[in-house]
Amino acid sequence: MAVPLKLRAALLSVLLLAVFVGAWQLATRPVASASGPALTPEQIEYQKMLGKDPGGASGTSSGFPTPAQFATTAIGHLARPFYDNGPNDKGIGLQLAYSLGRVGLGFGLAVLVAVPLGFLIGMSPLVHRALDPFIQVLKPISPLAWMPIALYTIKDSSVSGIFVIFICSVWPMLINTAFGVSGVRREWLNVARTLEVKPQRLAFEVILPAAAPTILTGMRISMGIAWLVIVAAEMLVGGTGIGYFVWNEWNNLSLTNVMFAITVIGLVGMGLDQLFARAQKAVTYAE
Amino acid sequence: MPNEFLRIEALAKTYPGAGEAVFDGVDFEIRRGEFVCIVGHSGCGKTTILNVLAGLEQASAGHVFMDGREVAGPSLDRGVVFQGHALMPWLTVRRNVAFAVRSRWPEWSAKQVDAHVEEFVRLVGLEHAIDKKPQALSGGMKQRVGIARAFAIQPKMLLLDEPFGALDALTRGTIQDELLRICAQTHQTVFMITHDVDEAILLADRILLMSNGPRARVAEIVVNTMPRDRQRATLHHDPAYYRIRNHLVDFLVSRSKDLSHGRAPATPVEVSP
Repeated sequence: MAVPLKLRAALLSVLLLAVFVGAWQLATRPVASASGPALTPEQIEYQKMLGKDPGGASGTSSGFPTPAQFATTAIGHLARPFYDNGPNDKGIGLQLAYSLGRVGLGFGLAVLVAVPLGFLIGMSPLVHRALDPFIQVLKPISPLAWMPIALYTIKDSSVSGIFVIFICSVWPMLINTAFGVSGVRREWLNVARTLEVKPQRLAFEVILPAAAPTILTGMRISMGIAWLVIVAAEMLVGGTGIGYFVWNEWNNLSLTNVMFAITVIGLVGMGLDQLFARAQKAVTYAE
Repeated sequence: MPNEFLRIEALAKTYPGAGEAVFDGVDFEIRRGEFVCIVGHSGCGKTTILNVLAGLEQASAGHVFMDGREVAGPSLDRGVVFQGHALMPWLTVRRNVAFAVRSRWPEWSAKQVDAHVEEFVRLVGLEHAIDKKPQALSGGMKQRVGIARAFAIQPKMLLLDEPFGALDALTRGTIQDELLRICAQTHQTVFMITHDVDEAILLADRILLMSNGPRARVAEIVVNTMPRDRQRATLHHDPAYYRIRNHLVDFLVSRSKDLSHGRAPATPVEVSP
């Protein structure tokens, strides 16, 4: 077969999606009511109070949204992504912008701290040994565990969210930068030494490009973690953001909205990862 | 010594934890415009000596003087061609050479740098590949770029650490010819490590023979008695070639190991086979 691999893979992907949607449709279709005795009005009301919908003789729905309902909701959201009807009713685009802003700020701060510090650790065995125990202890702490301390000291929930993003992004970048910098080939450094290259030029023209692929890998990992953490953080602190949106819609018992938000979170996460993959490709060199 | 340029005095290197020095009492000098090769078995410290001359390593004892001044640390006065070409893989040939040129003359304009780079890339015959990255070049081309980079800073002295070791015989021959031509043009003083006896005879005016380590020394200095305009193609027709070659091979095969542990003479014997 002359069909290229890429096309075949795409076809298979579409097929899998169709199977998934089909299964979903089947699972959520209204079922004819069971052969049991008809419910009295009191029983129906009781069922409704339990959050179940006994649907009567016309058939019961599982309560889980069908693909069609999902599509309607999605179109509704996408048609008006930026509306703002007060604290508990904002467009999905607006919520995403809040989340991306927090991630951007926290991640940016982490870059400013991790890359220079990583350089220092990578170049000085003394600093490396001195800081290593701290890094090893701080790294495995779940970023959300910092939340109470952040909320207590910073007192602002939004800034606390940014802090949590900062603290979770910093470690992979720090470790990768240090690793990349310490792994710069000795011969490139020797070339620079025999050419009497000044330290600043050495850092920017030799070490940085040599370590760039490793640093970018660290950034990509950090961004992945930051996007995971922002949803959880926003569920916790509330107010705005895609994480808060998910939590709010759960409280509204609107599973359709929750599902839509989940899809959007996944797509945006993929987009961010692609962005870093591209940057990584741009700085990678073949030896 | 007439026209003495580089003088090495009682150089020794002992690595921490090792009982005996790798080499000690290494004494020799290089004249201006001279091409000197150093030959010896692995582990006798040739590369260490070269690194000390380059200023990249510290000797445990002894001194190196260039042009009457002691060598302390690396300098733009001594260009180095490394064993692995040591090109920066993220830069094109042009920018690899320009990196060195800008280090030498930081005040130059981009145009001046570029003109200079092109001149030296042309010298090694790579003008067609000037905007390629090292990965797109063959091993021989990479090594040529390394040579162009070292020549481009117009150092007072060139240090070559077995630059053709990883190349096939044909490529090696072409680059040797090029190196000879460039050195004749520029009257460059060169110190080169090699494992290849024929290469040493073709290129060097004098060949330093090192005894085996530990406590290796420059045991003999062999003067190349063949005319300086020797050619690779006709070299082996000269009877002197076999005399020199046999002398070198005899030393390496049978005599060098008996001269380890400091049994080599304190001052190297100069021979003209």
